[in-house]
Amino acid sequence: MSSVLLSRRTLLVAGGLVVAAGRSGLPAPVRAGGLAPTRTMRGGSNNYLPGAPIVDRIGGGGFWMYGTVRRAGDGAPLAGQRIQIWAHTTEGHEREPHSHGATLTDANGDFRLEMPQIVPAFGQPHGHLAYDSGEFETVFLRPVMRSAEDTSLEAHFVLQPI
Amino acid sequence: MVRAILVWATIVTVVGLPIYAASTSRLLAWRDPIYIGAGFAGVAAMALMLLQPLLAGGYLPGLRAYRGRRVHRWTGGMLVLMVVLHVAGLFITSPPDVIDALLFASPTPFSSWGVAAMSALFATALLVALRRRFHRRLRLWRVGHTTLAVVIVVGSAVHAMLVEGTMETISKGVLCASVLIATAKVVIDLRVWAKRKASR
Repeated sequence: MSSVLLSRRTLLVAGGLVVAAGRSGLPAPVRAGGLAPTRTMRGGSNNYLPGAPIVDRIGGGGFWMYGTVRRAGDGAPLAGQRIQIWAHTTEGHEREPHSHGATLTDANGDFRLEMPQIVPAFGQPHGHLAYDSGEFETVFLRPVMRSAEDTSLEAHFVLQPI
Repeated sequence: MVRAILVWATIVTVVGLPIYAASTSRLLAWRDPIYIGAGFAGVAAMALMLLQPLLAGGYLPGLRAYRGRRVHRWTGGMLVLMVVLHVAGLFITSPPDVIDALLFASPTPFSSWGVAAMSALFATALLVALRRRFHRRLRLWRVGHTTLAVVIVVGSAVHAMLVEGTMETISKGVLCASVLIATAKVVIDLRVWAKRKASR
């Protein structure tokens, strides 16, 4: 009896997974093989302070956050996009305004901003990035460093036009 | 007598070394006092967790049987207090990260293990408070308590090992392994799941 129950449950779970996989796979062909937009990561918006100022560097620097910004679908690089960056660093907590700053992408859609060394906080050495300027859908990223000794971290945005 | 000294010396070392190592962590320089306190409350909870199975099993020289059980209850209360301080301190440091953890929506898997262990700990405190109601079903109470204890111990050990924090890896690993081994030993020795006629 119990084995019947077990197999029925297994069947239901497996069936559910197949349906879920089919659903999530569906939009991709509809986009005609285009570049899918980046999704907001779990915890990405934690301690976000809207409107971080554009700065040459955050604090004393020594660590580099860099990445690219492209448009969903055709993958075209997006110039002049404002990316906001914050993290727990050697100079302050995530919540503190001086831990926040923003930069703009160049003509190739690349951005890089110097900031203080990121240190492990809440169990992982990680940074936060936001695109929140209105022209495209808002995206919050929370990349994790491979090692706390790293002196750079990258994050890439593919933005969905609104 | 020599054995008693050896047992206690081992426990002091296994508990003391990770606390000392954490106190020398370079991460402390970049944290404020509340965040530091929250971290050490977690370390203290892990240390108290080693004493719990040893007290329950009456393995500690000078704290056998009844005295051990009494201290076990008191240590359990301290454990609850330390976990509350741990979570409260983290909440003050970064509210959204703690809310994510409590809702099992955190990007860090270790927080779910910690929250599961915390829930089991609070359930245990409730079970202890309601012990009198189980006076005719003490075996059920013991099985419930032991099951929750296993969840607490496994959840906490995984939580601690996955966190990249102030604790030094080797001393943390030895402490967590000791807690798991001590718990396994007391569960086996006390034959909690064995059927028997009446409780003592």
